Amino acid sequence: MCENIIVPAEELHTLIDTKYKEGFTYLLDITAVDYTVYPVVQEELFALIYVLRHESFLYHIVLKTYLKELKIETITDIFKGANWLEREVYDQYGIHFKNHPNLRRVLNHKEFVGHPLLKAYPITKGQLLHEVDDLIDEMNNRLLSRNVVCKLESGSFSECNKDLMFLNLGPSHPASHGTIRTYVALDGETIECAVSEIGYLHRGFEKSCENHTYNQIVPYTDRLNYCSAISNNIAFVKTVEEMLGITISERAQAIRVMLLELSRIEDHAVCLAAILVDMGGLTNYWYMYNPREDIYELLSKLTGARLTNSYMRVGGMTNDLYDGFDGDLKEVIKKIQYGVEQTLSLIKHNRIFHDRTQNVGMITAENALNYSLTGPNLRASGIAYDMRKDTPYYGYEKYQFDVVVGSVGDVYDRIMVRFGEIEESIKIIEQVMGNLPQGEINIKDFSIVLPKKEAVYTTIEGAMNQFKLIFEGVKVPLGEHYSSLEATNGELGFYIVSDGSGTPYKVKVKAPSFTAMSAYAQMIEGSQLADAILTLGSLNIIAGEMDR
Amino acid sequence: MELDTTTLLNDSAIATRLEEAIGWARESSLWPMVFGTACCAIEFMSVAASKYDISRFGAEVVRFSPRQADLLIVAGTITYKQAPILKQIYEQMSEPKWVVSMGACACSGGFYDNYSTMQGIDNIIPVDVYVGGCPPRPEALIDALLSLQNDLRINKYNPDRHKDFRGLLDNV
Ligand code: SF4
Repeated sequence: MCENIIVPAEELHTLIDTKYKEGFTYLLDITAVDYTVYPVVQEELFALIYVLRHESFLYHIVLKTYLKELKIETITDIFKGANWLEREVYDQYGIHFKNHPNLRRVLNHKEFVGHPLLKAYPITKGQLLHEVDDLIDEMNNRLLSRNVVCKLESGSFSECNKDLMFLNLGPSHPASHGTIRTYVALDGETIECAVSEIGYLHRGFEKSCENHTYNQIVPYTDRLNYCSAISNNIAFVKTVEEMLGITISERAQAIRVMLLELSRIEDHAVCLAAILVDMGGLTNYWYMYNPREDIYELLSKLTGARLTNSYMRVGGMTNDLYDGFDGDLKEVIKKIQYGVEQTLSLIKHNRIFHDRTQNVGMITAENALNYSLTGPNLRASGIAYDMRKDTPYYGYEKYQFDVVVGSVGDVYDRIMVRFGEIEESIKIIEQVMGNLPQGEINIKDFSIVLPKKEAVYTTIEGAMNQFKLIFEGVKVPLGEHYSSLEATNGELGFYIVSDGSGTPYKVKVKAPSFTAMSAYAQMIEGSQLADAILTLGSLNIIAGEMDR
Repeated sequence: MELDTTTLLNDSAIATRLEEAIGWARESSLWPMVFGTACCAIEFMSVAASKYDISRFGAEVVRFSPRQADLLIVAGTITYKQAPILKQIYEQMSEPKWVVSMGACACSGGFYDNYSTMQGIDNIIPVDVYVGGCPPRPEALIDALLSLQNDLRINKYNPDRHKDFRGLLDNV
C-alpha cells in the first residue's frame, strides 16, 4: 500500500513533522527529479521526492514537492538519516537545503564543478581531482561541537586544548574495504571525534541508467552490492515489472525467492569471513569463504558468471534451472552448513571473541531507526523489521521462517543475526525447492521478453520483436514508482521515473549501505580505535552500493 | 677419494649472469599490494583463498602497505576521486615495482563511460600487465602473475621502461 502526496515547498517541513508524529518515523529516501526534458510538462522544472515508511512497516508514502527555486528547508532536525541524503541531492542536483548542518558534496569530489544529475550535464564529462580533501574544516566543526578548540596552522591542527593525534583510516586499507575513509582525532587509543568521507567508488550508476535500456541496466545493478549480485537484479526488475503492471509466473517467483536467499547466504558469508579476519581469526576465513566458492561454482553453472550474474530480465530471467540443479544445490547447502558449524565452534564460546564484540559499536533501536538503518543492522538493534514478513512479495508468506533479531545492537548482535539468517535462508530454500512450481519462467509478451532464438531466425515476427526490444528496450508507461525488497543488507529500493520510452528518465537507488555509513562516525566516537574496525566490518558496508 | 677443485666447484657453484640470478630470485618473491576498490577485489579474495591459492605461485605475502610491496594489483574501478590516492600509493612503492591492472574498469573504465570514472588507470600510473574481464576469473589473474614472472625470469623489465611516462596528474 502506498500513498502519493503533492505538497507545496513551504509546507513540506511542517507536513513531514506532522507525518512523523502520525507514525511515519522511518525515512527511506530523498531524491530530486530534473524535468527539463520530460515529455509531459510538469508544474515546475524540479521536484523533490521524500519516501517515508510507517512505524508498523506495513506501508510507505511518497511526498513530492515542486520547487520554484532550488531551495528548501532541511529535515535533518527530524531525521538524522536525512543528513547525507540531503547532501547527496545537493551534490547531484545543486538543490540547497536551508539550515543543513553540513551541506557539502558527498559523492563527487571537492574540485567538481556543476551537478552531474542535471539533464544539462553531459554524461561523459569527467573532471580531474588533483588533491584529496583534507577534511580539516569538517573535523574542526566536529571538534568544536565537543568543546575541543584547536589552532589551525598551514592546513593542519596544532595546539589543541586536549592532547590529540589525528589519523586517517583508509581509504586504501583492507579493513576500510578499499574505499571508505574515516578521519579520526585520537585521545590515546580512544576516538574523540570522527568524520567519514565516501564517494571513492561513485561510478555514476544513476547517470549511466539514463542512456541505457532497462535490460541493459541489469548488469549495472550487479555491481551495486557485488557480494550478492542477483538480489540487486531482482530488486530492479521487480520495480520495472510493477510499473508495467505484469506478474511473473509462479515458477519465476519461486526461483527468485530461492536465489534471493542464496545471495543472502553468499553475502553474509563474505561479511562474516572478513570481520573474523579483522579480528585476527584467520582460520574462519577459509571455513566461511570456501562454501562461497561453492556457491560461485553453482551460480556460474546456472548463469555463466561467478560474481556478476546478470541473471534477471524484465518479465522473468535468462534461462531456467539446469537439469541436476537441485542436487548441486543440496551439496552446496551441506557445505555451507559445515562452514557455519565449524566457524561457530571456534567462536561461540570463545572468550576473546565475546570480549571483542559485546557492547562494542552499539546503536540503540531509536537511533538505528532515526538514521534509517535497515536489514540485519536494524534487526540487531532489536527492531523486527523484515520486508519478507511485513510486506511479503513473491509468496514469502507461504514459507516458514523466523526473523532473527538482536538485543542491544552491538557488533556481536550484528554478527549473530547474520549467522542466524543464514540458517533461516537455508530453511526457505529447502521449502522452495521441495515445492517448485512447474511451467514457464518468462511471461508471454514479446513486447517485454525476447522471443526464442528459433523464432528470431525463422519468423518475421520473431525477428521484429527481437529487433525492437534490443534497439528500443522495454517500453515502460509514463510515470514514477518506488519499490523495494529485502535484500541482503536490508531494504533495497529503486525510484524510477519513466518518460514512456525504453530508457528510464531517472533511476535512484535507495541503498542500505549509504544510510548505515552515515551513522558510523557517531557510532565509533568514544570507542577504541581497534573497535572502530570491527564496527565497520559488522555494518557490512559495500562500497558499490553505498557510492553507486 | 680424490678432491680436486673442479669437483668441488661443480657441486656448489653455478655459472650464470648476474641479471639472470636476480631475475630468478625476483620471480618467486613478489610481494603484492592489492589496491582493491570494487567487485574485482572480491575476486581477488578468491585468488587468495584456498581453492585458487596464490601462494602456490610464490606471491602470497600480500601487503597492504605500499612500502613493503613490489607488485601493485589494481583491482576495481578507479574514479577521479580515487585517482590521487592511487598515484600516491604507486609513488610510495620503491623500485623495482610492477603494476597489474585487474579487470575492465582498471584497464579502460569498463562499462562506466561517465563523469566519475577514470577511463583506465594508465591515465595516472604506468601499467605492466592488463587483465581483461568483468571481473576476470581467478585463473586470469594467476595467468597474469605467471606471465609477469616469466618476463622477470628472462629479465625483460628494463628499469627505465616508464621513464617517459606522464600521467594526467603529473606535472600539475
Ligand atoms: S571490471 Fe567489472 S567486476 Fe571489476 S571492478 Fe569493474 S565493474 Fe567490477
